[in-house]
Amino acid sequence: MSAATAAAPHPSTHTEVLSPQERYEIDRSLRAPVLLFFGTSIFWLLIGSILGTLAAFKMSYPGFLDSEAWLTFGRMRPAHLNVVVYGWASTAGIGVGIWLMARLCRVPLRSQNLVISAGIIWNVGILVGTLAILAGYSRSIEWLEFPGFATPILFFAYGLIGVWTIIMFRFRKPGHVYVSQWYLLAGFLWFPWLYATANILLIWQPMQGSGQAAVNWWFAHNVLGLWFTPIGLASAYYFIPKVIGRPIHSYYLSILGFWSLALFYSWNGMHHLIGGPFPAWMISAAVVASIMMFIPVFTVAINHHMTMRGNFEYLKWSPTLRFTVFGAMTYTLVSFQGSTMAIPALNSITHFTDYTIGHSHLGVYGFFSMMMFGAMYYIIPRLTGWEWPSASLIRWHFWLAAVGIILMVGTLTVGGVIQGLALRDVEVSFMTSVYLEAPFRYVRSLTGIILTAAHVVFAVHFTLMLLRSGEQKKSATLFAKSTREMATV
Amino acid sequence: MNRLPLLFIGILATFGSAWLGVVAYAYVNLGSLQPVISEETGGLLPPPLSGSAIAGQKVYAANGCLYCHSQQVRPASLSTDIAKGLGPRRTVARDYINERTVFLGTMRTGPDLTNIGVRQPSVEWHHQHLFEPGVVSEGSIMPSYRYLYKVREIQGQPSEEAIPVRGPHAPGPGYEVVPTQDAKDLVAYLISLKRNYPLPEVPEEQ
Repeated sequence: MSAATAAAPHPSTHTEVLSPQERYEIDRSLRAPVLLFFGTSIFWLLIGSILGTLAAFKMSYPGFLDSEAWLTFGRMRPAHLNVVVYGWASTAGIGVGIWLMARLCRVPLRSQNLVISAGIIWNVGILVGTLAILAGYSRSIEWLEFPGFATPILFFAYGLIGVWTIIMFRFRKPGHVYVSQWYLLAGFLWFPWLYATANILLIWQPMQGSGQAAVNWWFAHNVLGLWFTPIGLASAYYFIPKVIGRPIHSYYLSILGFWSLALFYSWNGMHHLIGGPFPAWMISAAVVASIMMFIPVFTVAINHHMTMRGNFEYLKWSPTLRFTVFGAMTYTLVSFQGSTMAIPALNSITHFTDYTIGHSHLGVYGFFSMMMFGAMYYIIPRLTGWEWPSASLIRWHFWLAAVGIILMVGTLTVGGVIQGLALRDVEVSFMTSVYLEAPFRYVRSLTGIILTAAHVVFAVHFTLMLLRSGEQKKSATLFAKSTREMATV
Repeated sequence: MNRLPLLFIGILATFGSAWLGVVAYAYVNLGSLQPVISEETGGLLPPPLSGSAIAGQKVYAANGCLYCHSQQVRPASLSTDIAKGLGPRRTVARDYINERTVFLGTMRTGPDLTNIGVRQPSVEWHHQHLFEPGVVSEGSIMPSYRYLYKVREIQGQPSEEAIPVRGPHAPGPGYEVVPTQDAKDLVAYLISLKRNYPLPEVPEEQ
């Protein structure tokens, strides 16, 4: 073996190489289904933003919209969560997942109509579930509020989508399997297992006693960890090397990161219940697994950072890369924060406070949603054959989203610590914790308006894109003129 | 990574380990706990719920009380819950075997309700509080649950069920506020929340 071949990167560190004809056929086959998932996800993002912002203001003005049952805080908050988790994040994630899978397997999607039908059924399920929560059919199981007559619709639709994703993988063109494909395959297999288990044991045939809460948080935490995270990381592993035109730094770090995530993340959920009515070992196992999450998180962070090294100037030009790198950096931060929150001494301060709300928004929004925005900025022009009409609208979207989420998480984090210290102090009355937290809650509600504005900008831009507004461009829409030749955007 | 059977088995095995450890264990062990017989009264512990209280759980769920109120007391070794008067002892798995849906909760935007039936045993207080929280609990940010009550004109004798209410939404003279069945059930459930009985697995103050 010559020195040159020995130094060549591992073949699995490269994303796919396609002829223009193959690329055209794959993107054409994905056009209608993926745009359906993206379009409806953006619709739910707007609805979810409005529900969340209204619910947030209710904590400052309890008399605001309090005359009707369906407008009460205890219904709008779960409606917000479910719309965002299933309507926005999962729907966008499915779109990105299908597109990545087809590209990396180098096969077109063969059954567009089936996947389109599944997408419509999926959205009907979300609509039915959301209306049911507002109408008072919620069972108040966090992340599983959709009642038993809505979840089978979602499960059926997901089944059609998931099966086709796995079939695509089965009939992939020969060659190396890229790291993003491991994550996608795993995520698309884990989600139905999670959702079926939680539905059977909590909604359809509720099991007895506090074990419900164990299953509830095993589910809720794993929706983030084993459904959103695999899709988000698959996206980062794909778009970072794609945009900068380099292979992933290390194949072996990719392997370590993947398997340690699979092993440790699935045990994390019980750290939401520290001090709860469970055998001590269940909580201890979750605390240990949460600390062990340092391994996958830092492995992935090092791998991404080393890939980016020397190429950070691309962030000035590429919208996809800017959103993706923001998401990847937040992933490291939010995972580190999550591990520390599982340490019992710190958990005794942050548990039951807005600190946790800040953490979950940092995860679902700062990491996952930003990752999905980045992916959409790359994928949509390839589906529509039209470049984004306006660089400044993308810039507005990015800065409103980035500033909004940083301010939101910042206020909830500081406020949460103050609230937690007050709740813990024997000398301090409960009502004092409410007074101390009030200004932070108010600022948080304002940040909800900033994020909603970001989403309105994005939705308007997406609509302009579908209408093929503006002039036909010869090259991709960038933030600034590139002084370097870019591989792709 | 091209050894695909290994990838496939690994994906299922890593996930399956936690599924067995958390889900199957909880289902088999926590799901089969039985009540114990009280040495003092000969009754069951935890005491069975009344029909109205069971119906009240549904109202509690439908209106999302859980998003602000927890129902769990953590042990003294981990927290100040007991010192702050949330209950005489930590809560354990057996405390929840009568609940159709377990409302442990993850937020304390409002106070913990594990023992609200001990702290506030008055039915009238609960109705007044649900109708207009700020009037009986100054500074409260809990929303009003007026929609669980009917305001109606007094016909002849005032109803025995009528709630004496104060505050901005109190009706004028000649009108009365009566609870709907949902409100009555919800209060029956709240009053039933008394996890202060002794259990063999947990001595007091722990």
